[in-house]
Amino acid sequence: MPEPLLEVSDLNVRFNTDDGVVRAVDGVSFSIMQGETLGVVGESGSGKSVSSLAVMGLVNRKQADVTGSIIFKGQDLLTLPNDEMRDIRGKQISMIFQDPMTSLHPYYRVGDQISEAILVHEDISKKEASKRAVEMLGLVNIPRPDQRARQYPHEFSGGMRQRAMIAMALSLNPDLLIADEPTTALDVTVQAQILGLIDKLKDEFDTAVMIITHDLGVVAEYCDNIQVMYAGRIIESGDTDDIYYQPHHPYTWGLLQSIPRLDEHEDRLTPIKGLPPSLINLPDGCSFAPRCPYRFERCDAEDPPLVPTDGHHADACFLTLEKKEAVVREELAVNQ
Amino acid sequence: MSTPTVAGQPEANPRSGRPLVKITGLKKYFPITRGIVFQKHVGDVHAVDGVDLEVNQGETVGLVGETGCGKSTLARVIMRLYESTEGTIEFDGRDITHMKGGELRELRRDMQMVFQDPYASLNPRKTVGSIVGEPFQLHKTVERTKRKATVQELMELVGLNPEHYNRYPHEFSGGQRQRIGVARALALRPRLIVADEPVSALDVSVQAQILNLLSDLQKEFDLTYLFIAHDLSVVKHVSDRVAVMYLGKIAEIADGDSLYREPRHPYTGALLSAVPVADPRLAKQKQRIVLEGDVPSPIDPPSGCRFHPRCPQTKRLAKADGRTDGVEPRCMEEDPVLRPFAQGHTAACHFPLEDPIIASTGD
Repeated sequence: MPEPLLEVSDLNVRFNTDDGVVRAVDGVSFSIMQGETLGVVGESGSGKSVSSLAVMGLVNRKQADVTGSIIFKGQDLLTLPNDEMRDIRGKQISMIFQDPMTSLHPYYRVGDQISEAILVHEDISKKEASKRAVEMLGLVNIPRPDQRARQYPHEFSGGMRQRAMIAMALSLNPDLLIADEPTTALDVTVQAQILGLIDKLKDEFDTAVMIITHDLGVVAEYCDNIQVMYAGRIIESGDTDDIYYQPHHPYTWGLLQSIPRLDEHEDRLTPIKGLPPSLINLPDGCSFAPRCPYRFERCDAEDPPLVPTDGHHADACFLTLEKKEAVVREELAVNQ
Repeated sequence: MSTPTVAGQPEANPRSGRPLVKITGLKKYFPITRGIVFQKHVGDVHAVDGVDLEVNQGETVGLVGETGCGKSTLARVIMRLYESTEGTIEFDGRDITHMKGGELRELRRDMQMVFQDPYASLNPRKTVGSIVGEPFQLHKTVERTKRKATVQELMELVGLNPEHYNRYPHEFSGGQRQRIGVARALALRPRLIVADEPVSALDVSVQAQILNLLSDLQKEFDLTYLFIAHDLSVVKHVSDRVAVMYLGKIAEIADGDSLYREPRHPYTGALLSAVPVADPRLAKQKQRIVLEGDVPSPIDPPSGCRFHPRCPQTKRLAKADGRTDGVEPRCMEEDPVLRPFAQGHTAACHFPLEDPIIASTGD
């Protein structure tokens, strides 16, 4: 079996606050292969962004306690000194953020911001770097890239700014691209353009992509594998068909049922009751138990581990497999 | 379901009858000026540019469109938060376009708004009790001594714990704050609620809770909703009828199901095809029409049909006709008007889509 590009094992991120310890990420393990697209789905506060920031080495180690290991191409990023991490960040792992309005510098021309990233990592002249920047802008379908490169971010629309961010992230041909809610701030039409673009460029550069989102609809089409996070943990992971057609965790069921669907007419949505727990006082036992309609005694006493049912599908729930399959068949009525 | 009737007005069928809100030829232009002392008028942002819309009593009308299409401006003009440039707004048979002073204040009891951002639309220095109770203070509909009890009743109605009366907005989660916003809008028992992107800032599981709450309240109080959102699946779920806006104009109006099954306007077709589906196999089968470019500037909207520079339909037809510019001349010259296709289904397009877009397999 080939080595995974990134292997995260037992990652914990804890923030010490005046109110107590916030367990933002709690024993998360996953891996990404070369060229794979991984979707990470969860609501606000589920730890999906913090785990990706930890991979990028962007969690402030003075404020947070990070343990576990993040092996990228054979080296543990958590033990790497800062200057070596700086070589990897941007060049081998790069990131696109949610809000393109705040992640570009308003005072610098877009082209200069892209060539700055290239100049930091490569020993080429300024002229060559700005030529590369223009090429990259053309590659992400920005019309008249030579003129656009000389403009400032405020002259770009939201979708174009996000495209400029993608151009910047891919300008050094990274092995791993992390996209944190890349389309949440955009309209559906632009969202379709951006996701299609990431997918196309992924094939062209053979980059592994990690897409973080709260919307199960967004990742359905583009991901090979999906992991669902809740309260700092992965509660279910599997390939795309597992998650959409054979989901095994009550939280995944809840997520799938609470999205209104265009192709069906439902009178009422089935929301998940209650609110996510505070990450300072997680409930004993399963952290989803207080909101779970299927809970029984064991759920309040023990914490369910993430157990694989076959080679690729794993979930953290005590219900029997027969029960889960029955629920999927009868209550979710997903088309198989 | 009972429909309150106003004396002197003929009683109407609650579903198909007299509209609660009727807007005709509504325009809202924002002037662009240059210079500091002598402000020279150099142009206008055509935010809303000739909209006709009727909202019936007890019905939910959804308004969808991309950023900058004028949907929020339209809502604010209807709410009389902006002065309209041209056109009339009727509420319950009365012309309210230029209503002023005390009369306008009376009117505000009947129409209330729920805003998008539950973090920005609540005063952080006031308690929930005083936020929800403020309408009573302004409109003097409830005596001071009964205010607390009434507010707590409202809080219970929207699913908040009435004991949290003295808490501040920061102590609540996003979904709970949106419930506070809904309680405030309900306080004066309005007839119309304009909800501007009420769930787009919320997580999916919480979003479903708020959507269910809004539909329960509608049944209980016979409310009429104008529901604005950019998420088509949410709008289709809540609305009886959906209006699609593009650059200040309505492109198509229909009930949710026929809009989804048989979109007539190419813009609606493109919007529908762009909506992500939580079903990987279906999503891969779906033919996706990716619109090129961005919405043009509303300062200088394109001539003729505003959608023509991005329209896949006109491009296809022009190609079939052997034209090289990629646009049918009629689309460039003549502004299409809304015309009916089926019962309650109108669209503004010279060359409407014929086959249901979702079922179509190729060009």
